[in-house]
Amino acid sequence: MHGEAGAFIELDGLEKVFDVRRRVGRFRRETRQVRAVDGISFRVARGEMVGYIGPNGAGKSTTIKMLTGILTPSGGRVRVAGIDPSRERTRLASRIGVVFGQRTTLWWDLPLIDSYRLAHRMYRVPDARFRENLDRCVELLGLGDLLHVAVRQLSLGQRMRGDIAAALLHDPDVLYLDEPTIGLDVISKTRVREFLRDLNRDRGTTVLLTTHDLQDIEQLCRRVMVIDHGRLLYDGGLAGLHEAGGSERVLVVDLEHEAPPIELADEPSVRVTRVEGTRQYLAFPADRSAAPLVARVAAAYPLVDLSVREPDIESVIAKMYGERADA
Amino acid sequence: MGIRSQLTYRLSFAATTFGNLAATAFDFVTILLMFSQVRALGGFSLPEVAFLYGTSTTAFGLTDLVMGSTERIGSRVRDGTLDVLLLRPAPVLAQVAADRFALRRIGRIVQGGAVLAYALAAVDVDWDPVRVAMVPLMVLSGGLIFAAVFVVGAAFQFWAQDVAEVQSAFTYGGTTLLQYPPGLFAKDLVRGATFVVPLAFVNWMPALYVLRRPLPLGMPDGVAFLAPAVAVLCCALAGLVWRLGIRSYRSTGS
Ligand SMILES: Nc1ncnc2c1ncn2[C@@H]1O[C@H](COP(=O)(O)OP(=O)(O)OP(=O)(O)O)[C@@H](O)[C@H]1O
Ligand SMILES: [Mg+2]
Repeated sequence: MHGEAGAFIELDGLEKVFDVRRRVGRFRRETRQVRAVDGISFRVARGEMVGYIGPNGAGKSTTIKMLTGILTPSGGRVRVAGIDPSRERTRLASRIGVVFGQRTTLWWDLPLIDSYRLAHRMYRVPDARFRENLDRCVELLGLGDLLHVAVRQLSLGQRMRGDIAAALLHDPDVLYLDEPTIGLDVISKTRVREFLRDLNRDRGTTVLLTTHDLQDIEQLCRRVMVIDHGRLLYDGGLAGLHEAGGSERVLVVDLEHEAPPIELADEPSVRVTRVEGTRQYLAFPADRSAAPLVARVAAAYPLVDLSVREPDIESVIAKMYGERADA
Repeated sequence: MGIRSQLTYRLSFAATTFGNLAATAFDFVTILLMFSQVRALGGFSLPEVAFLYGTSTTAFGLTDLVMGSTERIGSRVRDGTLDVLLLRPAPVLAQVAADRFALRRIGRIVQGGAVLAYALAAVDVDWDPVRVAMVPLMVLSGGLIFAAVFVVGAAFQFWAQDVAEVQSAFTYGGTTLLQYPPGLFAKDLVRGATFVVPLAFVNWMPALYVLRRPLPLGMPDGVAFLAPAVAVLCCALAGLVWRLGIRSYRSTGS
């Protein structure tokens, strides 16, 4: 374990450029370069559970493919467990587990259990270990009734759980999940999240997770990285996202009678976003205290009730993505 | 897995194997038909041509049995399902070969072996230990040379679409070429088959040595012994090209 004690996954200025050819007019062809990953650097320590989010086409899947060795980087450096993935792909393979929400790693025509048996042999998992891991996954992911069903007959959510189990039978040190909750119902999502949390806690498995469901991140990850256009926009705690995203809290006031939108002199950062009869919504910067604001409103208007709403992560992220798109 | 499921459909297995056998046997029937009209083909007797035919077909049959399914790599490259093979701790080529190990392709080996057995019994050659040893050696090294061609063909599927046809021109086309004496073909073709894609080392060079005939292109007899070295070199080169191919794999956007 020496040498990799600090960072388990290391990226330094990692780049992936795709040449995309397309036809212009009838005969001419034009080659355009898509910088899918454009100089990303980060480090993930052993045992961390990190969310990797960003809008469509941000470069998340491309990053994960370079971390597994499927794609060879165009520039920069990447190491996983001290191994250069694209150069020593087969050696790295037994140390990582991968789940692509969009694509199964199972044998399409075989019953689930046969895929697991093949993995057992291919990864040379000791028999006892294999049984133990399989039993655990079957129980926690509710696969009992599905083991003898051919993979192509499984529903999306069933297949996804089957895929997660398959990725873990060989005790990988790190698990990459690319949209593992896509298309899952509420109960399956909860189940998968609980399973991942236990896995990370009990086994110390390092997890890197991409998703468009921010609840996954809120419930699982203390650290989150946001990327867009192949660049890292944010890397830090979930709470810090609010500051980084310049988010707002909302003061909801119920007045005694209907009134025109509240206006406070020399408070340009406070504005009414919505009026519903006697109820008014005032947005103000999240890093400001609500108390002085409440006092000023109460002095000028007769109040019946009030509450403060914290910004939700969805809107923070949406704002962040939006700003990038404008830039 | 492949074998088991193939054997489960016993009937269709028997049918396709027989079909394959019949299709390849047709090649040799063509040769027999020619010999009903002429006494020699390019100065070679029927047993001599049968020797060329048997060695080339057996060598190719062995390789086709193992590597035949590499043609399908192209479609996996295009639809991105190669991703899954790249995630597993085994070489991609081994996985592709094992995935659809086509037992039905055994027909070609059986047929080539039978013709080779006939040739060995009927051909009029003064056998010595070196010549006897040369026969299995040339089948083996010939198989490796074909394997290298298969691998290079598979690697090109990373860069270009529809190269499968070009590949089969060299593999299936190559065997057919080697079933006939080199004297029947233009010099440039024989040169190409010696120096560019060295199929001549599958059987022409070593077989003509065994048959005590002058080697093509006026090569000295010693060249026949280069076959194993050429085979190893081809495989090393093919491995290099394959690695380059994998490194330029781009997967798909989703
Ligand atoms: N094989 C490829 N060939 C060409 N361009 C590609 C390829 N794969 C990805 N891209 C491009 O690279 C960029 C990043 O794609 P990527 O799949 O990594 O995005 P993502 O963050 O996973 O998006 P999503 O949330 O939609 O899954 C996109 O602009 C995409 O068009
Ligand atoms: Mg993606």
